[in-house]
Amino acid sequence: MKKRITVGSVISAILKLLLIVIFIFPFYWMIITGFKTYQETIAFPPSLWPQSLQWENFTKVWNSGPYLTYLWNSVLVSVGTLVLQTLVMIPAAYAFAKFEFKGRGFLFGIVMVAFMIPQQVTFISIFNMMSSLGWLKTLWPQIIPHAANAFGIFLLRQNFKQIPDELLESARLDNAGEFQILMKVMLPMGKATLVSILMLSFISTWNDYFWPFIMASNTNVYPLTMGIAALRDVEGAYDWEIIMAGNVILVVPIILVYALFHKRIVRAFAYSGIK
Amino acid sequence: MSKNTAISRPAGYQTPWEKIRPYVYILPAMFFLAVFVIYPLFDVVVRSFQKWNLITEPTWVGWENYAYNFRRKEFTDAILHTIIYAVFVVGVGLSLSTLFAVWLSKNTFLNNLTRNIMFMPHVIALLSVAMVWAWIMNKDNGLLNMVLNFFGLPSLKWVDSSDTAMMSVIIVALWKAIGYNTMLIYAAIQNVPAELYEAADLDNAGSVKKFFKITLPMISPQMFMLLITATTGSFRVFDTIRVMTRGGPGTSTQVLVYYIYKQAFILQGKVGYAFAAAVVLMLMIGVLTIAYFRILSKRVHYQ
Repeated sequence: MKKRITVGSVISAILKLLLIVIFIFPFYWMIITGFKTYQETIAFPPSLWPQSLQWENFTKVWNSGPYLTYLWNSVLVSVGTLVLQTLVMIPAAYAFAKFEFKGRGFLFGIVMVAFMIPQQVTFISIFNMMSSLGWLKTLWPQIIPHAANAFGIFLLRQNFKQIPDELLESARLDNAGEFQILMKVMLPMGKATLVSILMLSFISTWNDYFWPFIMASNTNVYPLTMGIAALRDVEGAYDWEIIMAGNVILVVPIILVYALFHKRIVRAFAYSGIK
Repeated sequence: MSKNTAISRPAGYQTPWEKIRPYVYILPAMFFLAVFVIYPLFDVVVRSFQKWNLITEPTWVGWENYAYNFRRKEFTDAILHTIIYAVFVVGVGLSLSTLFAVWLSKNTFLNNLTRNIMFMPHVIALLSVAMVWAWIMNKDNGLLNMVLNFFGLPSLKWVDSSDTAMMSVIIVALWKAIGYNTMLIYAAIQNVPAELYEAADLDNAGSVKKFFKITLPMISPQMFMLLITATTGSFRVFDTIRVMTRGGPGTSTQVLVYYIYKQAFILQGKVGYAFAAAVVLMLMIGVLTIAYFRILSKRVHYQ
């Protein structure tokens, strides 16, 4: 078939470019606003490129609060959640996928129910629990309640179930212990799914605002999202160039990771949404 | 240990360790789910029947918290706002996403690029999305009003007017979600066997007919899942509301989660009302999920 350029295909291409602009422009606007002066942000007509790059906007953000602490807290919470979820998820998914035991259906039912219950319903109870444990001034309330990733257990179990029992049996005949089977048979075959789950988990913890908003009671335990939100909670007029500079700090690492690994990330999200 | 006896012992015999082993494996997961999901759920329900100021002993008040909530226009409005928000975000969102997914379904460079860029907002913090749109929609110096003025249209007050605040929040939610939904629907369309379309081509079926007779029935399981997750997701909206409007102006964008948060954390001593509202939110999500499964599962075509 010959490629023919029709009026329809030109219009279609133009509309697609328009769609790209609609979805990329807010990011662009965020970044260039972060480099403008205050006068330039309110100028009309708006400039599409900053007159001069105001790097001091970022210094202003950085000096307006303990941002290094926020960043460190974000890293600790995201990595801590990830590690804990991995340790909890793998044996659970293995047992649900490969062992027969009494109450398996019921217990797995609980995992599925847990997956359906949003934290926006239960957060007051969990807050009270954390408060009575005296944990509110620590990072634990941002980590421990997410230790069991119900959706992750579900996805990993689906993946483990597809691994043939014969592989496990032959490993057992070779005197492999259950731990060895897990490490040498199950995990290599479930690696792609596990990496996907952990990637999603990391992105959602890093980006989360609701949970730390409820659980982080002072700036010592603020993650980056809370620090950035605080830029706007000041009284009086906002300095949008400062707010946008703060958001650039939060967003650019994730955009870079997405630009590099978008295939993998998209597949992870698409897979988890469909199965 | 007793590895070598595994071959010689009678079939079906399990050592005590083998019997409890699967329970040990699931124990950490079940422990955390019990403590942080199941117990809080029961706690919320019980406390919704109590009057409690978080300090002294709670007292049992029956349905009083529910009655109080439902007497207040602020609460029934919050339910209404949640439903309006969900209807638009899910209805408009899924329709547009389906349209885009079909339109961008061929594997060309431009289509792939468009899909990947549309997906980008999904990996970005909703907080940042809300903040950049609050800036773009700023009533004085925002880009959107400048664009409107450029075309000779009057400025809008966006989140600063109760007439347009909800619309503004919905636009932001759509911008964030459409790329993700499009990608999921696109992935589903890729799995539809090409022979079905070839057969339809032989019958000279038009593209609209092909969409409704082949594509839509074949992707209905995924659409069904998306419908449930998108709706329950909309019911949980908080970040954009908190950042862009704080429920305002007035209470024009106050949704249920924001109402719950306000009763529990801003208005001291009203935590019972918050618990009752949380139970209402839980029921809305539960009823809707069950209803979807019952009504739609009959129409969903599973391969």
